[in-house]
Amino acid sequence: MMLQVSELDVFHGDAQALDGVSLDIEAGAIVAIVGANGAGKTSLIRTIAGMYKPGRGSITFKGEDITGWPSYRVCNLGIGQVAEGRQVFPSLSVMENLEMGAVIPRAKPHRARNLERVLAMFPVLKERAGQAAGTLSGGEQQMLAISRCLMGEPELVMFDEPSLGLAPAIVQDVLRTIRDLNRDGLTCVLVEQNVAVSLKLASRAYVLENGRITLSGTGEALLNDDRVRQAYLGM
Amino acid sequence: MIARLIEGTSRRGLVLLALLLAFLILIPFFVNDYLITVLILIFYFAFVGQAWNIMMGFAGQLSLGHALYVGLGAYTSAALYVHFGVGPWIGMLAAIPVAGALGAVIGFLAFRFGVSGVYFAILTIAFCEFARVGFDHFRWVGGSAGFFLPVAQYSVNDLWNLRGKPSMFYYVILGFTVAAFIICHLLLRSRMGYFWQAIREDEPAARALGINAFRYKMIAVVISAGMTSLAGVFFAFFYNNLFPEQVFHISRSIEMILAPIIGGVGTLFGPILGAVILTGLSETMHEILHLLGVDVPGAKAVFYGICLLVVIVALPDGVWPWLSRRLGLSERK
Repeated sequence: MMLQVSELDVFHGDAQALDGVSLDIEAGAIVAIVGANGAGKTSLIRTIAGMYKPGRGSITFKGEDITGWPSYRVCNLGIGQVAEGRQVFPSLSVMENLEMGAVIPRAKPHRARNLERVLAMFPVLKERAGQAAGTLSGGEQQMLAISRCLMGEPELVMFDEPSLGLAPAIVQDVLRTIRDLNRDGLTCVLVEQNVAVSLKLASRAYVLENGRITLSGTGEALLNDDRVRQAYLGM
Repeated sequence: MIARLIEGTSRRGLVLLALLLAFLILIPFFVNDYLITVLILIFYFAFVGQAWNIMMGFAGQLSLGHALYVGLGAYTSAALYVHFGVGPWIGMLAAIPVAGALGAVIGFLAFRFGVSGVYFAILTIAFCEFARVGFDHFRWVGGSAGFFLPVAQYSVNDLWNLRGKPSMFYYVILGFTVAAFIICHLLLRSRMGYFWQAIREDEPAARALGINAFRYKMIAVVISAGMTSLAGVFFAFFYNNLFPEQVFHISRSIEMILAPIIGGVGTLFGPILGAVILTGLSETMHEILHLLGVDVPGAKAVFYGICLLVVIVALPDGVWPWLSRRLGLSERK
């Protein structure tokens, strides 16, 4: 197992965001986590990334217990995240944004190679290298956010709502990119409200409701599950 | 280092900068003491604005209690001078760690426990108010009755003890401002400067990339506090009297953030330009009112308010980003 989360409780003040969440992520998999707004998806991602401290439970990455580690150490182990809402740094240039992705020690030696790789993947970023990131279109910003994350030499990337607010055609591009990255060996965690698409893509999926995992299985099994079909697919 | 200083600046910009500096160095020979005092005020606000800008403009942490660090610097150096005969330059070496340490305490409390944004600003106000009340009862430095440095008529400038004529103070504060400008320029273009900007623009995203936001925010607060305390030392030796009600008053904290806001938060020239505009115009207005025989208390505050309104409505990024575009100089914001 690449990442193991067990019995995770997370509180924001008095409110409980996660309640006994356990999940396993195998190396090379695409794991989807689906759920409604406020179900705890972002809390889960941020807790794994070390931005929130769990009240209980443990997180193990490649056999190492990383529970409660600060985010910069977690990052340096190879856990990256593409945060919700295309969080590029708007007044920094595209190139400066990319550089910001490679500040952790594990990424520095591979900076040039990773830069070449992401620019080959998204040539538009090369054209716009000197431009302020805030002036890019929504789709370009998402590409930049993904590229910036890849600059950090991650082994596992957690995508938080990568299709949020994007035009349908661009959503397809983004999801295709994630699939391609996965084929190249990147382990992906995909958090999406776009349930149908993410379940099709995923080898394994979890349904998160009110901070609890209520259902899990292969993506296909969940697609055919009556409860999922009713609650998330409107069928 | 010099190469790094001038890289990215257009030739035209450099020439303008050199001319400006020459002008500022020569100006005391041609103007009277009153105008020199106005210039001192301008550079005083440019300097504290620059120091405040490190925290807010670079790292995105809003402090509304920067009078705290001015006051700490002023009282530390004044107490050393009056009680132990220690001169201001040594006093600065004491003021920086005192202010930096209190900045670190505030930063630690805020950043460790997730106090941010408006709540962080309120925390900075609270500490400044604590200091105001505390110093009111701090008898060793005069309490609410004020703390005074010995004053005499000076015929010669004593730079070592900062006793002398306005022109000497002018060169000191000009030097501070130029040094602060260079330091800020280097900081902003440094690795840490980029981390600050990333934190300013989107802290969760910065943390998601493995930037240790806590550490870099702490460094920003400590540098900003230490730099601001130098203005306090200058303040003490220039005015020779310190009253907690004045030094730590919230209007002092507000006053010093107006210049960078009007000039352009996060830019290098913003605080300087803002100070020129604000102090220059308000002194001009004061003179005009004086000539007309009108004495309106609070006119300055109203004037500041109007300036702020105009800038926020017309040029929300501040005057400098707009001006630099008009002049064809480069400073991206």
